[in-house]
Amino acid sequence: MTELRQRAAREPDAAPEDKELESEVKIDGETASDSESRAETAPLSTSVDDTPEVLNRALSNLSSRWKNWWVRGILTLAMIAFFFIIIYLGPMVLMIIVMCVQIKCFHEIITIGYNVYHSYDLPWFRTLSWYFLLCVNYFFYGETVTDYFFTLVQREEPLRILSKYHRFISFTLYLIGFCMFVLSLVKKHYRLQFYMFGWTHVTLLIVVTQSHLVIHNLFEGMIWFIVPISCVICNDIMAYMFGFFFGRTPLIKLSPKKTWEGFIGGFFATVVFGLLLSYVMSGYRCFVCPVEYNNDTNSFTVDCEPSDLFRLQEYSIPEVIQSVIGLTTVWMYPFQIHSIALSTFASLIGPFGGFFASGFKRAFKIKDFANTIPGHGGIMDRFDCQYLMATFVNVYIASFIRGPNPSKLIQQFLTLRPDQQLHIFNTLRSHLADKGVLTAAVEDE
Amino acid sequence: MLELRHRGGCPGPGGAVAPPPREGEAAGGDHETESTSDKETDIDDRYGDLDSRTDSDIPEIPLSSDRTPEILKKALSGLSSRWKNWWIRGILTLTMISLFFLIIYMGSFMLMLLVLGIQVKCFHEIITIGYRVYRSYDLPWFRTLSWYFLLCVNYFFYGETVADYFATFVQREEQLQFLIRYHRFISFALYLAGFCMFVLSLVKKHYRLQFYMFAWTHVTLLITVTQSHLVIQNLFEGMIWFLVPISSVICNDITAYLFGFFFGRTPLIKLSPKKTWEGFIGGFFSTVVFGFIAAYMLSKYQYFVCPVEYRSDVNSFVTECEPSELFQLQSYSLPPFLKAVLRRETVSLYPFQIHSIALSTFASLIGPFGGFFASGFKRAFKIKDFANTIPGHGGIMDRFDCQYLMATFVHVYITSFIRGPNPSKVLQQLLVLQPEQQLNIYKTLKTHLIEKGILQPTLKV
Repeated sequence: MTELRQRAAREPDAAPEDKELESEVKIDGETASDSESRAETAPLSTSVDDTPEVLNRALSNLSSRWKNWWVRGILTLAMIAFFFIIIYLGPMVLMIIVMCVQIKCFHEIITIGYNVYHSYDLPWFRTLSWYFLLCVNYFFYGETVTDYFFTLVQREEPLRILSKYHRFISFTLYLIGFCMFVLSLVKKHYRLQFYMFGWTHVTLLIVVTQSHLVIHNLFEGMIWFIVPISCVICNDIMAYMFGFFFGRTPLIKLSPKKTWEGFIGGFFATVVFGLLLSYVMSGYRCFVCPVEYNNDTNSFTVDCEPSDLFRLQEYSIPEVIQSVIGLTTVWMYPFQIHSIALSTFASLIGPFGGFFASGFKRAFKIKDFANTIPGHGGIMDRFDCQYLMATFVNVYIASFIRGPNPSKLIQQFLTLRPDQQLHIFNTLRSHLADKGVLTAAVEDE
Repeated sequence: MLELRHRGGCPGPGGAVAPPPREGEAAGGDHETESTSDKETDIDDRYGDLDSRTDSDIPEIPLSSDRTPEILKKALSGLSSRWKNWWIRGILTLTMISLFFLIIYMGSFMLMLLVLGIQVKCFHEIITIGYRVYRSYDLPWFRTLSWYFLLCVNYFFYGETVADYFATFVQREEQLQFLIRYHRFISFALYLAGFCMFVLSLVKKHYRLQFYMFAWTHVTLLITVTQSHLVIQNLFEGMIWFLVPISSVICNDITAYLFGFFFGRTPLIKLSPKKTWEGFIGGFFSTVVFGFIAAYMLSKYQYFVCPVEYRSDVNSFVTECEPSELFQLQSYSLPPFLKAVLRRETVSLYPFQIHSIALSTFASLIGPFGGFFASGFKRAFKIKDFANTIPGHGGIMDRFDCQYLMATFVHVYITSFIRGPNPSKVLQQLLVLQPEQQLNIYKTLKTHLIEKGILQPTLKV
């Protein structure tokens, strides 16, 4: 166990981060001696500086504060550029990227668990964690892939069997992992093993389920993936800028750097950004159409007739704003109204995901989740606000936008028994007749 | 901080409770004042026993006093303590089984309420253990938040299942329709409110504890609530899908115990030293036979076999239907070696009995792993029983630990091998669509049904 502690000891070139941690800790109102002992004995710091040599040399003559600012700025631009490239490459690559991000986040959180419980040497545990990740991913991918690739799956015999008994196979795989866990319980380490089991499952719950909701959103149309993620990123950046220039009143004790000015400024800036971005994106089919798998070309296509949401409509402006702008009506996409809801959520509730992650880091005395991205920390640090957003967008779409998928309903209908089919058919007919949609003329067509 | 430690004793219903051992705490208390003298910080010391590398330095958590009713104690006062324990267990077992029969007689609605009650009690037991382990009974807001999350998750699940089965009832009421349509959104909003309350309730010195309790609550919800809802879904499929699995697990428990008592010699697993291979194998065979016979007996009655439906005219649950093929006697030809033994060519069986063999096999072979998991859990946290609700047996979780895996298995089994999608759910989704989409689907369905000969083409509106 001592090797673990030595590896985690602070290195000299992490001095700037060291100072930041101390000053943050001091803001908490603790005594100097406490913070000193904490800084020198915090066993969970991830301190090796990953900044590439190139950047280090280029910025070597700047003071450390500005150097940090530049490193963060350059990496931010690099990540945004990377994001654009991936969008250009298409839905399949996006799906793969989402999966990689998910695996990396899982790895980061599990590593923190190992460090917290000094349990790196527990028998089987690393294998079991990755095995559970594989099982849960198999289950979720099976559920989503079966829906979207229905025709492909029906053609291939092995795929058809896998999809028909999908739940049973996933459950069996999970059970095997569960039994392996029970058999691996070692007398002196029961509690640790249960803690790691619980830790793994909570991490799976957070990371894997939400990455699958992200993929669901993506299949709904790339705009449902891009606009929420951009709103969260924009809120992060805008709140930081507003806080940097105007920040005075602290927002919450958990994150002493956040201020009310940044919060509110970020909110308005994000709403405006969301409106503009959705206006720009709603014009293009490749963003607006649901992703479909085309059997003939064996690839993903985004080609369709845009739905009502993405067609320009005229809205009359309320009188208050009429006098200001001087226009009586304005042309907008209905989606822009939805984007206001999405941006509002991203600015008001999204930060709670960030506070949750901050609280987690303080609870386990770590500065960052990992050191993957220089200047920013780990992948989880970038994605902590995104998780709530992904779930919200998925729930929003399911509740307000799309109804059930008609072709999927027909598929389900065809698997029912004849008497059930007849019953449903008759109920539907009486329902339509009541609504006046079904007339004798239509019936005889 | 000192008040938190003083209250760390179990707040259970018993009177005299031993206060938790003071050695670890005294050391931690001293360290609070001298912050620079120790290697680990004081907050780490407080968790020293939680995150310790071995279990040996974890103090034992005392349970509250004995809850055996006075009457039983007086009646059995003459026996030696070993037989007395055996008698108490036996009497309580018979009481529980009779209660079970009584509730089955009273119908599906009562069964649903029973399942809900058990779920709430299991949740309460596990959360109480968490409080005791982390001595976090006084954490701000935490008790409220745990129960609030339980409520949210239950609301979500009941909304999903109940909406399906009560489709006709729901169609009538306007407010219910609104609740159903936006059900996911409302559940998510409720959950978010709890999440935000949790973040706002984080208190500087208790971060780690609060995160532990948050995770503890969520894992408990995952185990107890999701599986109790799977139990209710199995119940709606037909009461036999609820009764046969549960009885198989109970039978396996009892017969493995009896076989182990009389013939037990080779220990099965280090986790539970009382289990033996003889008990395991004997229990397996007797459970398969029991399941076979119970399935045969129950398959005859419509009451057990039919899916539970809610009839709006009588405003209650009815179980009346044409039994499906699973529950109609069929002739099976016996394999040759059985022919010689039984001297018959064919035997009439319900197909369900074949399925019951699969269910009993799972109950005997994999179900015990749920019990080992619970034993490991109890050893990890140094508790003898989950609670003291049932005298002689422990808490509700002690009785139901093997049932959880079983419930999930039965549900997965049904969805994979038995039934297709739920017709009322399909209908409900149809009714939510836009009228043009409904009309399109109507035409497609009509063509399909006429092709299949189910619908006569000359049918008028």
